[in-house]
Parts: sequence; structure tokens; C-alpha cells
Amino acid sequence: MRGMTDRPSEIVKFDNVGLRYGTDPEVLSDLSFTLFPGSFYFLTGASGAGKTSLLKLLYLAQRPSRGSIRMFGKDMITLPRTRLPDFRRRLGVVFQNFRLVPHLSAFDNVALPLRLSGTSEAKVIKAVSDMLEWVGLSHRAQAIPATMSGGEQQRVAIARAVIARPQMLIADEPTGNVDPDMALKLLRLFEALNNRVGTTVIVATHDVHLLKKVPDSLIMRLQKGRLSDPTGALRYPPRPSGAAKTNSKPSGSA
Amino acid sequence: MSTPPLPDEQARNAAPMKPSTTARLLPHTRFGGPIPWVIAILIALVVIASAGGLALRNLADNARADLSDAVTVQIIEADAEIRSAQASAAAEAMAAHPLVTSVRIVPEAELSELLEPWLGASAGTDDVPIPALIDVELSRRANSQEVAQLQAALDGAVEGARVDAQSEWLRPVYDALAAMQYLALALIALVAFATAAAVWLAARSAFSNHEETVEIIHLLGGTDAQVTRIFQRSVLRDAVFGASMGLVLGLGAVWLLGQQFAGLDSGMIGGGGLNLFDWLVIALIPLGGVLLALITGRITIGFALRSML
Repeated sequence: MRGMTDRPSEIVKFDNVGLRYGTDPEVLSDLSFTLFPGSFYFLTGASGAGKTSLLKLLYLAQRPSRGSIRMFGKDMITLPRTRLPDFRRRLGVVFQNFRLVPHLSAFDNVALPLRLSGTSEAKVIKAVSDMLEWVGLSHRAQAIPATMSGGEQQRVAIARAVIARPQMLIADEPTGNVDPDMALKLLRLFEALNNRVGTTVIVATHDVHLLKKVPDSLIMRLQKGRLSDPTGALRYPPRPSGAAKTNSKPSGSA
Repeated sequence: MSTPPLPDEQARNAAPMKPSTTARLLPHTRFGGPIPWVIAILIALVVIASAGGLALRNLADNARADLSDAVTVQIIEADAEIRSAQASAAAEAMAAHPLVTSVRIVPEAELSELLEPWLGASAGTDDVPIPALIDVELSRRANSQEVAQLQAALDGAVEGARVDAQSEWLRPVYDALAAMQYLALALIALVAFATAAAVWLAARSAFSNHEETVEIIHLLGGTDAQVTRIFQRSVLRDAVFGASMGLVLGLGAVWLLGQQFAGLDSGMIGGGGLNLFDWLVIALIPLGGVLLALITGRITIGFALRSML
């Protein structure tokens, strides 16, 4: 097990972050936490607690109303929008409603991150074919999302999220639309990515049973837009005692 | 579960996607919307207006070349013998002037032929006397002072004879032609503006329709340049089709109008034909239209993207 003092520098650091839409009250308030490379986090909370809003800040779809956010060692608040793509390419995102491009086939949806990053077509074809086989969708490669089941779309979304070997994987309620067996299978997929590739994983869910399925995971709990840290795992530097659960996996490629 | 088969390496730079790949990111809407046809109509109008403007310019230039270096002497005398003698005297007086290069008394038969459509077969007979006309070619265009000198020389030879500077009495015609050329230019500018506005509206509409796709592309790491290229390809496709159709329609209309004017068999209209340079200018209109559409599309999408994160 990696000792606490060996913990690598943070991949995400929020400091007193707040978010409001327009003139409405803040949906997120006073968020201060740190995420570490190679760790597996669950983001929990009741519906409306602000999980999706927090994830939007993490996958750079939204800027906060106040506070500071550092990701990959860079200040995301002052970063020009023209530089955002560089950082978005380090992320893999499984959106709550999948957000597949509706007129593209499963193959082309999965290929999108590679093509956007300028990967040669030969490599794209090989990588996407292998990935679709891995998620069991080789036979559906040319299907468009409208003709696919929820579970199939989910797997396409996950394949698209991981195809470019992201440094951080963010999944918003990834098991919300699938049966329990598929939910467990997808969770194992995230674990495999976390364990063997070193990707930092953040899974938002309101399914408390899911939390027990990944023993080494850390928990972030949102309540009415505020973060509670029951394990103290989000603090940096961490507690000197063993109260916080730590992640023994390699820190990955961050 | 086994480790996902991730590619060994990935590019971090925003290299351009292949055109075939780019094209697939937006639904195939070729010729589906009204924009290609709107562009076609607008380009056709520009072709017609340009052809008209160029023809008017040629017509005016030819008329000026023919008429500006000449004056006409007119002698009004009912008696044919006296008129003939006065014409000879006037011709001698004109020929003596240093500005004059040649003098020609227009034969009565030629005048009768010219006037026959209006006066009938009796034109040029004693019943309907017609003035004597003398074409006087000058070494250059005469100013008003020189025209007055010619008139004075003529007055010394034949009382009552009159010098007409053709360029002077054609001035209102030239002014009208110039006004029509400006009108053609204004029409071209208006149509160019309308084309840009149509492309702007179409690009905004396309962007709104595909905003979800654009947002996904952004969130997956797509750059503004990549998104712009996707839309530009769509605009280019529509603009090329529209401009080509517009050129064909416009040329068809120009050809038809040309046939109609040729049927008038008028000497002045005959000077309004189009030359090779004019046809080259007309051929460049679709290219200009496509370029205008591309620039407008790029600016429109650029502004729309800047409103997104």
C-alpha cells in the first residue's frame, strides 16, 4: 500500500468554489477538495444535490461563479477557452444521457475522440474495432444510437470515454439506465481501467449499494450543494492517522 | 474483466480531420434546404446585373469613340440647288480649319434612306425637303471654345448653318448610361449583401440545429477550428452548388436578353456586346459568391462558438 506521504500531487484542486445559474441561488457552495491521480471516487447525494453540476465543472463544461479550480496543475479559471480542448482531451466523460452523436454509428461515436486528436485513420480503425469487441458491440458497429438499447448506448458511451486513454474518467450516473447485472459489469470495467491503466475515476451515483462494490473507493457526498467528506479522504494534506481510506494503486499517467 | 484495448499512443495536437471524416460529423443535408437555391437566384441576379453593366459600359465607350471626335454641320434650306451650293461652301470652310481631318457631305440618297422609316418614300423629294448634313471628323475631341470657332468659320461661309457637337447632344444619353451602370453596381452590392445575410441566417440555423453535436465535439476535445471546418464544408458544398446553378441561370438569361437586343438591329445597341474580358469577369462571379459565403459562414460560426465555453 502506498503510504500517505507518498501520495502524488493532486490532479484536481477546488478551493471555495461556488456555482449559480443566472441569478438563481447557488447550486454548489464552498466546495474545497482535492482529487489524486489513480484514485477511485464515488460522488453521492440525493437527486438535486448538485452532482451533475459538480461534474460539469470537472469535465470543463462550466466555469464556477466563484472560487478557484486547478486541474492538471493549471488554473482553469483564467485558462483561455481556446486552450480548453488540450485539457478536455485528458478527460473521458460518460454523460448521464450518454450524449452520443445521433447520426453517427457506434463505430464513429467511439472513434470521435481519436479523430479529434488527429490520430491516423489506420490506428483509429484498429483501436475502435478492438474497443467495440471489448465492450461486446462488434456486431453493432454500424448501428446508430436510435436503434440501440440503453445498455448498448451506455457501452458505446463508455468505450468513447476510455478510447483515448484519459487521465481522468468522469461518469455521471453510469448505471442509472441499466439492469443490476450490467451495472456491476460496467463498474468492473471502470475498476479495470483504474487498476490497470491508472486512470483517476469519478463516478456519480445515488445508488448506495454500488459504493460497496469497489472496496478501495473514496466517497464524496453532496448535500444541497455542499460537500461532506465522511472519510476525510479529500483533504490535502491528508490526516496523519489512517482514518482516510487510501488508494494503493499506481498513480497512473497523470 | 480484462484491461481495455487502448491505443498505445495518442496525439495531443489538433490535427485536421480528414474531409471525409469531417463531413460525417453533421447530417448529410445537401441540397435539402433552400439556401443553395437562394444562392443560385442571387448569383443569377449578379450575373445578369454584371452583364448588363458591362454591356452598358461597352455601349457607352463605343458611342464615345465613334462620336466624340466628330461634329455635324446642318444646313436648312428648302431650295435644293442653293442647299447643295451652301453645303459645298460649308465643307470648304470646315476643311480649312486646322482641327478638321476630314469632311464628308452626306449624300441625299443616304439621308433619304435614313429618314424613310419616318417620312416614307417622299423623303428627300422637293415636297419634303431635308437638311444637308456634313460629317466633320476632328483630330481630337473639341472643347466648347473650339466648337464656337468652327461655328464662326461656318457663319462666314454659310449664314444660318449650324455646328452640332455630337458628344454634346449625346451627353444626356451618356449620363443615363452611367447612371444605369451605377445602378447595376448598387444592385450587385445589394445582392452580395443579401447573399451574405442568407448564408449568415443559414449558418446560424445550422448551428442551432446541431448545437448538441457541437457541444459534444467540444467536450470531447474538439477545437473551434475543427467545428468551424465542419460547418464550412457544409457551406462550401451548398455555395458551390448554388453558385454553379446561378451561373447557368444567369448566363441563360443574359443569352436570351442578348438575342432580344440583337433583334433590334440598332447600331447603338450593337456596340453593347460583351468581350472576352467581360466574360472572364462574369465567370469569376460564382467564385466570388462562394468566397463570400465561406467568409460569412466562418465569421458566423466563429461568433456562435465564442458564446460557448
